[in-house]
Formats: sequence, structure tokens, C-alpha cells
Amino acid sequence: MFKKFQPSSDIAGQTPVKSSVQRSIRSNVLSQWKIEPETLEAIWPKKEGLVHVKCREHVSIYTLHGEPLIFQHFDGPLYPTLRLLHKYPHVLPAVKVDRGAIRFLLAGAHMMCPGLTSAGGYLPPASEALPAETPVAILAEGKTHAVGVGITKLGTEEMKSINKGVAVETVTYLGDDLWAVQSL
Amino acid sequence: MGKKGKGGVAAAAAATEPEPVVDPNAPPPPEPVPPVSMLYCGVCTYPPEYCEFGSSLTRCKDWLKDHHPNLFDKYYSEEALQTKVGTLSLEAQSKLEKDVAKKEVKAEAKAEAALKKKMASQVIIKRSERNKRKCITTVFGLEAFDIDLKKAAKQFASKFATGASVTKNPQGLEEIVISGDVSDEVLEMIENQVGVLKGIPADNVELVEEKKKKAAE
Repeated sequence: MFKKFQPSSDIAGQTPVKSSVQRSIRSNVLSQWKIEPETLEAIWPKKEGLVHVKCREHVSIYTLHGEPLIFQHFDGPLYPTLRLLHKYPHVLPAVKVDRGAIRFLLAGAHMMCPGLTSAGGYLPPASEALPAETPVAILAEGKTHAVGVGITKLGTEEMKSINKGVAVETVTYLGDDLWAVQSL
Repeated sequence: MGKKGKGGVAAAAAATEPEPVVDPNAPPPPEPVPPVSMLYCGVCTYPPEYCEFGSSLTRCKDWLKDHHPNLFDKYYSEEALQTKVGTLSLEAQSKLEKDVAKKEVKAEAKAEAALKKKMASQVIIKRSERNKRKCITTVFGLEAFDIDLKKAAKQFASKFATGASVTKNPQGLEEIVISGDVSDEVLEMIENQVGVLKGIPADNVELVEEKKKKAAE
């Protein structure tokens, strides 16, 4: 989503977010992420308003004091930016790719099933299976910090059984143009 | 309005510490989960464990060695390199290393080319007549030297007490338009590196004069 993103040409406008909309974002975040209200309060104090940065192709980024925190495509799920995810790694369920997949991921490729099901990868066990279309943190073999944020295209159990094709679509990854933007 | 004032205070607090670690005044009775303090590489901005996939590994290594020797040992010691290989086959590992080296060379070449281009690019100060004795001055090509055009325009405007703005020219490139004939002063400012106008070699600046063609001819 942010493989090619130029703040100078891809941003259509910035507007402060209405408080009613902020309330709905807040409740959506609380329901979609594994986050406690107190933690969200520390990240995004109630008193402070987000700024909605509208970008091309229906991408919205929400920033606080110019620092991107949350983004969204169209009306889709809300994703934390990678920097936010590094600070609060527990907010999204995690999947892990093996070492061979890292360099492809850093080039913006989507994650294929074998990279997740192989020995170096990790998928949640059957008891905590994730359905398709869940935002996930993408970790990498042998690393502690997340390398990307993605959305599952298959349920995790399906990934294990099919083991072919795109499993997680990469939304933002380390070193993409959103990563390069530290403030908007 | 009270709300706004408070927001301002918090904003000022956030501004003093750029990496908002934890708000000391935040914790309500149930403690918020503290954020993981992150360290990013000063060269490639990745977390240091991912430097090996970046395009400047050697420089990253040096940086980490200088700034965080203990982490350097953790990531680049012999045994770390041993365990790193992990499940990957030897063949794939050597390929990866080759790729990284290649990427590094490429990135260096690219940076060099960019620098060369930057040094070769020209800043053009053009004076064009608007009518009989009124002129506009356009400054073109400042962005090649990493100058924020908006800020530069603002500086010109306040310096010369005239209008100055950033506009797109017919080619779709951005330039600064200043009303009034200030071409000599602009040249002087660039030579003296005033304010935001930094890092432009004086040889690269060119003064151009453009007479307006008479419509009747």
C-alpha cells in the first residue's frame, strides 16, 4: 500500500477529525486490536485530536502531532503504523515468516503460505486460529521486532492445509515509504 | 477554548521529548502497558537486527559498534552469526549475503550519482517584465538542494517585503515567484547562505533576464 508514497504528491489534504468520528475510531480500535483502554489512552490521550490525512486511492492516515499512528484503506480495518507496533507489539496477533522470506518482505511482496508454515515460521495454534481478513503483525525468524503489518487472506488453519499462494497481504513493511515518513 | 489550551500544553510536553515514551501523567489506576523502547539504526533507520537486510550494512555495523557496542556483540558475534543461519540452507544463506553485498554496492553508486547530479544542477534566477516597470523574479531549481520551497518563499517574502509564493510552472515543476525585481538580492542571499538557503555552490546559480515580447509586433 505504501510501496510508492510521496507525501508531496499523494496527500490530498489534512483535516482535524470530528469528535464524533474520533469516538467511533476509538471504539473500533478497541474492538479490533488487542489493546486495553488505558494503553490506548497513553498512546492517544482523549484530549488530543487526531488529524486525518487523506491520501490517494482511499488511504487515510490518522496522525497525532504529525506522527502517523493509524491508517486505513477505504472502510477497512484500522492498522497501526509499524513504529507504533514496535512500541506496542501486543496489539495485533502475530505470525512469523522464515528467514528466507524476509528479503522478499522487505521488497514489499505478499507473504506466501510456505513461508509461514515452514520450520522457521509460526502460525497461531488451532485453538487460536485467525479467520481471513484479520490484521496481523508479521514477525521474522530470529528477530524480536515486527517487520511488517499485513492482513490475512486465508484463515490460519486453511494456510496450514492449502499451503500455497498468498497467505498474508503485506500492508506496510520496514523501509517502505510510510516508514520513511516520520512526520506529516 | 479551555480544551484547546490544555491540548497546547500537552503538545509542548510532547515536543520536548520527541520519542513519546510514556506520559508520566497518564497512568490511571489500571496501569497502561508501557511501550517497548525502540532503538533504530542511525544509518538506515531500521531496528539494528534488520540492518543486515538494508543497503548499508557496513556503515550500519560501524554505527552500532560506535554507539551500542553491547548490541553489536549481540548481533554480529560469531555465535550470533552461527545461530542466525537457523533453518536456512547454506546455499540460500550465501545467496542472501551476495544479494546484500550487491545491493550495498548499488545503493552506494546511486547515492554517488545523486550527489553528482545535485552538484551539477543549476539554480536559475529569472527576471521577467510584467509591464513597463514592474517585474517578477522567479527562482527555479532550489529543490535539488533539499531546500523547503515554502520556507524559502516565506523567507524571501519577509526579507523583501513583497509577495512570494511557490507555483507550478507550465512544465509542472515548482518554482518560487517573487514580485519585484530582486534578482541581484536573491543571488547575494544565495551566495551568503542566508537562512534556509544553504548548500548551494555559487557557481551553479545563473541569472537570466527575459524581456516581454511586444504583443503588437
